[in-house]
Amino acid sequence: MTFLSSAPLDLATLVARVEAPDRGAVTSFLGLVRDHHAGRRVTRLEYSAYAPMAEAECARIVSEAEVRWPVRVALEHRIGTLEIGDAAVAIAAGAAHRDEAFAACRFVIEEVKRRVPIWKKEFYADGTIEWVGAGRALVGDSPAGSSGS
Amino acid sequence: MPSPSTRIVNVRVLLFAGYAERLGLETVRVALPAIATVADALDHVRSLPGGERIPPKPLCAVNLTHAALDTPLSEGDEVALLPPLAGG
Repeated sequence: MTFLSSAPLDLATLVARVEAPDRGAVTSFLGLVRDHHAGRRVTRLEYSAYAPMAEAECARIVSEAEVRWPVRVALEHRIGTLEIGDAAVAIAAGAAHRDEAFAACRFVIEEVKRRVPIWKKEFYADGTIEWVGAGRALVGDSPAGSSGS
Repeated sequence: MPSPSTRIVNVRVLLFAGYAERLGLETVRVALPAIATVADALDHVRSLPGGERIPPKPLCAVNLTHAALDTPLSEGDEVALLPPLAGG
């Protein structure tokens, strides 16, 4: 399974991957590129990754969710240049009942943000460019963040 | 001069995003004494020009898994210094 995608994400495809006759609940999450960060107007983002580790870490997160709850999880993260409104991350969780589906979906997005080696460079309307670090990184030297998740 | 019994481990240190830009490097090959840890590899990188701009305790990985600074290193290991993560 490949978790990183340089093509636009399609949530419907992920939902289809977790649907089954015995699963009565599918929850999903889409993280979208926002047009502002810390009062500055963002025009686009560039996501880059330590790809082999990002793939491995995503696989571990999905596996952990599927061990912890009786769910099937689909996950993709976009890499490359994204425009405002583009989906940066898409998650679908299918389960027999909604509680496990919601819990697993929430777990996966939180762990993706905390553990997967992906970085984003923000391009601002004033012409400046900055690497942005998420506030919930395991260890970090500059907390902040601007995608919808 | 090292004795014939002195062993060395060769590791590759990968830099990403802002850290790679600060040093102008994406890969650093480091030879360390046999009993070396991630912290020793980090010390070497931080001694390079621009290396002082990498924090003393960055997020690290060894062979594609998050690792603490006291993780021992073996020949051929791939160490990664990870700037604050920003996925999602």
